[in-house]
Amino acid sequence: MIVETGHFALVLAFVLALIQSVVPVWGAVTSDRRLMETAAPVANALFVLVALSFAVLTWAYLASDFSVVNVWENSHSAKPLIFKISGVWGNHEGSMLLWVLILVLFGSLVALFSGNVPAPLRATVLGVQGWITAAFLLFILATSNPFERIPQAPIEGNDLNPLLQDIGLAIHPPLLYLGYVGFSITFAFAVAALILGRIDAAWARWVRPWALLAWVFLTLGIAMGSYWAYYELGWGGWWFWDPVENASFMPWLAGTALLHSAIVMEKREALKVWTVLLAIFTFSLSLLGTFLVRSGVLTSVHAFAVDPERGLFILVILCIFIGGSFTLYAWRAPLLKQGGLFAPISREGALVLNNLFLTAATVSVLVGTLYPLALEAVTGEKISVGAPFFNLTFGPLMIPLLLAIPFGPLLAWKRGDLLAATQRLYAAFGVALLAALAVFWAWGMRQVLAPIGVGLAVWIMAGAVAELLSRTRITEIGLSRGLSRLVGLPRSAFGTMLGHFGVGVTLLGIVMATAFQTELVRTVRPGDTFDMAGYQLTFTGIAPRQGPNYTEQVGHLVVRQGGAEIAAMDPSKRIYPARGMPTTEASILTFGFSQLYVSLGETRDDGAVDIRAYFKPMITLIWLGTLVMSIGGIISITDRRLRVGAPKPARAKTAGLSPAE
Amino acid sequence: MTRKQRRLTLIGIAAVVLASAAGLILYALNDQIVFFQTPTDVVAKQIPAGQRIRLGGLVEDGSVQRSDDAKVSFRVTDTANTVAVTYVGILPDLFREGQGVVTEGIVGPDGIFRADSVLAKHDENYVPKEVADALKAQGVWKGDGASAQ
Repeated sequence: MIVETGHFALVLAFVLALIQSVVPVWGAVTSDRRLMETAAPVANALFVLVALSFAVLTWAYLASDFSVVNVWENSHSAKPLIFKISGVWGNHEGSMLLWVLILVLFGSLVALFSGNVPAPLRATVLGVQGWITAAFLLFILATSNPFERIPQAPIEGNDLNPLLQDIGLAIHPPLLYLGYVGFSITFAFAVAALILGRIDAAWARWVRPWALLAWVFLTLGIAMGSYWAYYELGWGGWWFWDPVENASFMPWLAGTALLHSAIVMEKREALKVWTVLLAIFTFSLSLLGTFLVRSGVLTSVHAFAVDPERGLFILVILCIFIGGSFTLYAWRAPLLKQGGLFAPISREGALVLNNLFLTAATVSVLVGTLYPLALEAVTGEKISVGAPFFNLTFGPLMIPLLLAIPFGPLLAWKRGDLLAATQRLYAAFGVALLAALAVFWAWGMRQVLAPIGVGLAVWIMAGAVAELLSRTRITEIGLSRGLSRLVGLPRSAFGTMLGHFGVGVTLLGIVMATAFQTELVRTVRPGDTFDMAGYQLTFTGIAPRQGPNYTEQVGHLVVRQGGAEIAAMDPSKRIYPARGMPTTEASILTFGFSQLYVSLGETRDDGAVDIRAYFKPMITLIWLGTLVMSIGGIISITDRRLRVGAPKPARAKTAGLSPAE
Repeated sequence: MTRKQRRLTLIGIAAVVLASAAGLILYALNDQIVFFQTPTDVVAKQIPAGQRIRLGGLVEDGSVQRSDDAKVSFRVTDTANTVAVTYVGILPDLFREGQGVVTEGIVGPDGIFRADSVLAKHDENYVPKEVADALKAQGVWKGDGASAQ
């Protein structure tokens, strides 16, 4: 009965989504207040229904109710509790339900926190959210019903893919979906603006917190996925330019561009038409990502079940939404008034440059991702586009952008002074030069690009700090007054600083870990010792161990530094009997920002084991940098002028004014 | 500057950036992509030594030989032809004789394929799509997925 309740709630939600798609939008077009006001309660009810349905599916997993096909296919009674919960979205049907749950969650949040948005815009935004919700609910109900039953319930389930039995599954997909789906709100705002034919600076102010929120989640989701792949797959790699990774990276790039163009729109009313286009583009890429990952056109650990019918269904949704919104854009965008004027060298100019490079980089990733699919569809020729392609296209497009990051925030609006900005960056440039020289001095010509990369990373970090300090005028007015000015700066200033600083941190991690990594592959026998970047590792043997739903062979290594024993490492090979599938569990030791990484290979009959060991200097900076960026994003959201739904002391009149900077 | 000049400057910069992006992409698509080949392709097309390809097929039964320092050699077959492969490193968990595999690397002057990466299946039901298609073309494909184990 409980399972049927979940199914019924989902059907009911679909009907409500249809109502939400039509009634509020009709109300907005005909200026009927009562119709518009239905939007918020319906959005909340939708959330309650989908949440109920999701809770029911979770219950079926917890109770190991194998009469439900989805649970039988993807769960096992001996599976640890946490994987029973995260296993709910570790399969196609459940993950689509999570997708929709997050979609309606955002709908409900818009309903709750957009009291200051004019009624017609708010109603239309929720209406557009309703279209997306209805489409994906129909998809779930028609092709991917998670509540389907088996007449004769089996006693035991098939277990979850062992690669997914990891804490990563509990974190990575929800974060990533919060990011992907969060951009549906900016999309809805863009489409609503086109429908209503009106757009102004206030629009950007309402949209930016949502874009920031989605961007923060997407950043964390991608970073988490990268770290998960790094420790779980046992190859020591953290980014593979795999189409599935690209699918999440493209909305991130476009979303980053959107964040920046929305600033121009909010402050200067310029780039309106472009911002709307970017909002549509970003969510289109999110949808494309969903299609690529869920349709089975790509084979990867993310593609759970290959079913052509599902692929076709998502493709149709994709075409309707992307095609429809771009058609609407072509038709209505000319109605939107063009905004302010600015010199090429100005804050606006810098942000346009940022957008140009980010968009070009997005396109290069898009081409690299779709070209193999297109080529195979047209000629049948099978190719793979891998890291060399992206290093050659994405890399060069990023370098000018990264070089320019510190200049942007130092340029004034309308007409900037490049010379003055440069003067304020002398110190940052000096620090970067010193860092590059230090790397060159330590490693010499062995790694030619490393000093340049490190210099660039330090340049971005130092530039971010320099920009913040120059806003306090600390060198002119003294330390104490400067500090009090620092405290008084708007939070968005700190957000910008941390966002850019984080980019530098990540870049530093990438450069150091790539250029100075030590890798070693060898066959060891018990008692063998080998050297790894100043650490001596002794392999002492391998022993079996029993886990809750797997058995494993655990290798043991003693790590010594200068004769003293400092740690032990226990990499293992697991076998999950339910699927007869082996996995490799790497053992990772963190020293400061650097990591020692050991994974096991094949065991020989004579007790020898293949071992792969890495020392990756400063690699954790890659993920710590994304954390810094995300914190920057969160601080920006809490900025007074963007604070979502905060009660305003005095209403109105503030929309057109921006704080003096 | 007048409005027109400003606009032209912007458009000019945009054109330069986009043109260089397009140029990079086209160049990279010519140079940096790797074609998927079956053992039969390797034999029939006389792929020159040093060219980078992806070689896919089944790991021939009884062909896997390990030596010290994690060196492995095996043969990849599509049942019509076979290619000998050497690889140094740790093989994926699901690498097994008789199972599908995709390797990337270059053909050596001695005709032995030197792989620098070996990809096997992501789970027990999955056979790399290229391999599945190639096997279907050879008529030795045995059912979809589930029976592969």
